[in-house]
Amino acid sequence: MDIQRLISMANQIGDFYESYPNQSHAQHEIAGHLNKFWALPMRKQIAQYVNEQGGTGLHAAVQASIKAHLQL
Amino acid sequence: MDDIKYDKNIDYGTPTSQSTKQVTLTVDDREVTVPEGVSIMHAAAVAGVMVPKLCATDSLEPFGSCRLCLVEIEGRRGYPASCPTPVAEGLKVHTQTPKLADIRRGTMELYISDHPLDCLTCAANGDCELQDMAGAVGLREVRYGYEGENHLKSTKDESNPYFTFDPSKCIVCSRCVRACEETQGTFALTIQGRGFESKVSAGNKNFLDSECVSCGACVQACPTATLIEKTVIEAGTPEHSVTTTCAYCGVGCSFDAEMKGEEVVRMTPSKHGGANHGHSCVKGRFAWGYATHKDRITTPMIRKNISDPWQQVSWDEAISYAANELNRINQTYGKDAIGGITSSRCTNEEVYVTQKLIRAVFSVNNVDTCARVCHSPTGYGLKQTLGESAGTQTFDSVMQSDVIFVIGANPTDGHPVFASQMKRRLREGAKLIIADPREIDLVANSPHIRADYHLKLRPGTNVALISALSHVIVTEGLVQEAFVKERCEWDSFVEWRDFVAKPENAPEALSEALGIDAKTLRDAARLYATGGNAAIYYGLGVTEHSQGSTTVMGIANLAMATGNVGREGVGVNPLRGQNNVQGSCDMGSMPHEFPGYRHVADDATRALFESAWDRPLSKEPGLRIPNMLDQAAEGNFKGLYCVGEDIVQSDPNTQHVTHALEQMECVIVQDLFLNETAMFAHVFFPGASFLEKSGTFTNAERRISPVRRVMTPKNGGLEDWQVTAKLAQALGYPMHYNHASEIMDEIARLTPTFKGVSFKKIDEMGSVQWPCDDENPAGTPIMHIDAFVRGKGKFFITQYVPTTEKVNAKYPLILTTGRILSQYNVGAQTRRTKNVAWHDEDILEIHPHDAEDRGIQEGDWVGIRSRAGDTVLRAKVTERVQVGVVYTTFHHPESGANVITTENSDWATNCPEFKVTAVQITRVNQLSDWQKHYKTFSEAQLAYAGRDLEAAKIELD
Ligand code: SF4
Ligand code: SF4
Ligand code: SF4
Ligand code: FES
Repeated sequence: MDIQRLISMANQIGDFYESYPNQSHAQHEIAGHLNKFWALPMRKQIAQYVNEQGGTGLHAAVQASIKAHLQL
Repeated sequence: MDDIKYDKNIDYGTPTSQSTKQVTLTVDDREVTVPEGVSIMHAAAVAGVMVPKLCATDSLEPFGSCRLCLVEIEGRRGYPASCPTPVAEGLKVHTQTPKLADIRRGTMELYISDHPLDCLTCAANGDCELQDMAGAVGLREVRYGYEGENHLKSTKDESNPYFTFDPSKCIVCSRCVRACEETQGTFALTIQGRGFESKVSAGNKNFLDSECVSCGACVQACPTATLIEKTVIEAGTPEHSVTTTCAYCGVGCSFDAEMKGEEVVRMTPSKHGGANHGHSCVKGRFAWGYATHKDRITTPMIRKNISDPWQQVSWDEAISYAANELNRINQTYGKDAIGGITSSRCTNEEVYVTQKLIRAVFSVNNVDTCARVCHSPTGYGLKQTLGESAGTQTFDSVMQSDVIFVIGANPTDGHPVFASQMKRRLREGAKLIIADPREIDLVANSPHIRADYHLKLRPGTNVALISALSHVIVTEGLVQEAFVKERCEWDSFVEWRDFVAKPENAPEALSEALGIDAKTLRDAARLYATGGNAAIYYGLGVTEHSQGSTTVMGIANLAMATGNVGREGVGVNPLRGQNNVQGSCDMGSMPHEFPGYRHVADDATRALFESAWDRPLSKEPGLRIPNMLDQAAEGNFKGLYCVGEDIVQSDPNTQHVTHALEQMECVIVQDLFLNETAMFAHVFFPGASFLEKSGTFTNAERRISPVRRVMTPKNGGLEDWQVTAKLAQALGYPMHYNHASEIMDEIARLTPTFKGVSFKKIDEMGSVQWPCDDENPAGTPIMHIDAFVRGKGKFFITQYVPTTEKVNAKYPLILTTGRILSQYNVGAQTRRTKNVAWHDEDILEIHPHDAEDRGIQEGDWVGIRSRAGDTVLRAKVTERVQVGVVYTTFHHPESGANVITTENSDWATNCPEFKVTAVQITRVNQLSDWQKHYKTFSEAQLAYAGRDLEAAKIELD
C-alpha cells in the first residue's frame, strides 16, 4: 500500500492517544489498535518502514509504540 | 386479569390506554374489563360488539363527528356517541335499540344522498366502511333523492404518483386530517369551509405541490375510496396478505404485502409492527416498483475483460467460471488477494453465509460491509465505552424522553417513521437540542415544533462540541456522581473529568472553532444534564468524520456522566441509514470480528467456529474496504465477491475506487441491477429482491424482523444465500442449508446474544430484539439496565483534532453531504420508482452570500472542485446552509458527489470523512471531464449487457 497513507493513518491513531496522561499505557494502546484492526500485510509494511527506513513522518510516540509492541 | 389480546384485524375504534387501573362494565349484557381511559366504543369492541362508526379508527384520537356510534347508557339521558365517551365502573351500555337504529339509518341516509352510488365499479368495493355501515344499519332507501345540491361533480386530484383524491366520495369524517397531524405530524390537510361547504384541502394546492410527504397515513385512514392507492384502482382488491419488513431504512417498518397471486397490489404498514405501529413513509409504502422494473438483470453473465460485452450464461456456467477465477487468483497471488463485501441491504442470513465463505474457504478474514462507510465508528465507539456495538434503546423509549438531543442526523428525511414518533413526543412538550451545520426540518420547519437550541456548528468540529458540553457538565457540578460511582470505572471517569475540565475545553475557548456562542453552548449543556430523561439520537453527521469514533465515545461519555443510560427515555441511539446496518455488523461482516462482535484473534471463539465450520480459520484481522482498494490499486488484491453493494457510487474518491477495480482480475457483483460497480465486473450474479426471498433484517433498535418471500425469484428461482452457497460448493465447500431458517439456527448456535432467536420465535412474536437468550427469551428492548455489557462503563479522553481537510484560498468552502426523504442511498431502487417526482437530481445548496460572491443564481450550473476531483450540479441558493458551507445529496450516479469526496477517514475504523471536503464553486457551462467520461463509459457498459437499459442522464440545458 501507499506508505504515505499508512503513515497518516497511524499518526491519526497516535493523535487520539496523545492526551492520555499515562503515556506508557498509550503506547500499548496504539500498537494494540494496529494489532487488532490492521491486516498483517499493512502491519508488516509499517514495521519495515520504521525499522529499516527510519520512520520519517511518523510521530515519535507511534514509532516507539510500533517498535515496542507491534505483533508480526 | 390477563392483558387484552388485541387482534390486528379488528378496528377497536379508538386507541387503547396505558392506565393500569381496570374498569368493568357491561355492553349489551356482556361483561368486559378494560383499562381506565378507553372509550365505550373500544370496550365494546373488546367485548366483541362492533358499534357502527365512520369517523373513528383506533389509530387516531376520537373526533365524534359522524354520530353513527350513538349508544344508550342506563341512568344517563340522551344518546351519547360512544367513541369520545370514556368508560366508567359499572356502566350498562346498550348499542342496539330500535331508537338507535332509527337515528343511525337517518344519518346514513344523509351521507348516502350525497354519495355516488357506483359501488360496483368503485375501487374500494368490498373494502369500504361506508358500504359496510350502510349494510350494518340496514339502509334500504334514500328519501332525499339525488337531485339536490351535492358534490358528485368534484374533480379528482391525481397529482400524487401513488394515490388519488376523489372529493366526490368524501364524507368529511376528517380521519385523513387527523392522520396527517397525529400519525405523520405534517399537518398538510385541513377541513375547509363549514357545513355543506366543508371539504378536505391540502392547503389549497394539489397533493404533489402541497406540504404532503406522501407517507400514506391518510390513505390508510380513509374509510372510503376518496383517498386510495392507484395500484388498487388498477389491479383491484388483494386476495391474500403476507407480513414482511421494509427493505429501505434502519427504522425497519413492518408491512403487509397485499397480494394477488404473485403480484403485489399494495404494501400497507402493519398495525402490530414493533418499530412502526402502523405507520410508514413514502419509500416503504409506495416505492417498491423497482422490484419489477425492466432494468432488472435476471440472467447470470460473465466476461473476461471489462471492455468486453457481457455473455449471458447458465447459473452453472457462471458459478463455475467465478469459482475457477477465484481459485486461479488464490494460486497465483495468494489468499490475501481475495475478499468479499456485503451490504446493509442484505439479509442477516446472506451476510452470514458470505463471510463464512470467505473465512472458511480461503482462510482469510478479508470481509467487510458497507457499514464501513457509515456506522463503523458506532460499532467501535460503543463497544469501547458501553461494551456492545449497538444502540441502547427501543424506539418507543422516546415517548418517555424529556430532552431529545439530535446530533448529525436528519430524522424527518432519513428515518421518517421514527421521526413521526419523535415529533409526537416533541409536540407533547419534550425539549429539543439539534447539533447540525445545516438547518434540518426539525429546527423550525415542522409544524408545532421548534428546536430549543440549534447548535449550528462548523462541519468537522463535533468533538470540540462534545468537549465544550462536557466541560460545562463537569465544571458546573452537573455530573450524576452516584451513577458514575456505581456503574462506571471510576479511574477512567477521573481522567476524563480532569481532561474536559481544562480551560481549553471551555465553551468560551471553543466557541470560535465551533461558530457557536459560549452562552448557547452552556445553556444547551445544562438542559441536557438537568432537563429530566435525556436521549441522544445521532447519525452519519457524527460518524463520517476523521474523528467519527472519537465523537461516538464522547457521546457515550456524556450519557454516562449524566446518568442517561439504562432505562426508558434516555440512552445513546445511532440512527442507522439502511435497513440492515445493525444486522450486517452483528453477522460478522467486519474483517476483525466473527458474528457477535468477537475478535478473530480470540482463540476460544475461533476454535468454536473452526469446529462448526470444519475448516482452519485465520487469527489475523483482514482488509477493510478502503484497504482492499488501496491494495488493489497497487496490484496486490485481485478477486472480489461483492454482494448487494455499490462501492463505485457510495464510496469516496470515485476515481480511486474505479482505478482500483480496473486492476482486479475477477470482480463478482451480485445485485438486482447493473449498478455502477457492475460496470467494472467480470461476473454478474442476478440477485433476488426482498419480495423474492426469506430471511431477517435487524433494525436500529436491534429488532430482528422477518423478510418473507411472496413471489418466485425472477433470476430463475434462487434466493441470494442460495447463490452464495452454490459458489461455496463450487469452491469445494458445500453448505448444507435447505432454508434461510437453518442459517439462523446456525447463527443462534454459535452466537450467545442470538441464542434464543429462530424463525419460529419471530413468527410467534412478530419480531424480537437481541440480546435474546435464556435469560431474556423475549429479547431486550432496553440495554445496560443493571450493568453495562462490558461490566463497568468506561470513559475515554476525547481530544479534538481538527481534520487535515482544511479550507484555503484554492478550496475556500466546505462541502457536506446528506440525504432526502424520497430517495434511498445510491438510489438504485428509488430512482427506478415514481419517487423521482420529488427528487430527480442532486442539487447543490449554497448560502446567498457565497453565491453572490461568485455571481451564482438559483438554478445555475456550478462546478464543484476538490483535491480529489470535480463535478457539476445545479445550484439552490438558501440560508439553510451557513456561510462557507455547501451541501448536496448523493442519490444519482451522474452527479458524481463522490468524485469530490476524499479518502480521509476515521482514525479508528477508516470510515470515510464524507461530511467534510474543502471545495471551490464556480459557475460553469459544461459538464466536468469526469461526467463526460462517465457518460460515454456508462452508455458503453449498458450496451454490453445487450439490453435496452436506461442510462442515468445529466444534460446542461
Ligand atoms: S400522505 Fe401523509 S403527509 Fe400526505 S397528506 Fe396524507 S398523511 Fe399527510
Ligand atoms: S378523504 Fe377520506 S378520510 Fe378524509 S375526510 Fe374524506 S372520507 Fe374522511
Ligand atoms: S424507509 Fe424506513 S421509515 Fe420508510 S417505511 Fe421503510 S423502514 Fe419505514
Ligand atoms: S364514530 Fe363516533 S362519532 Fe363517528
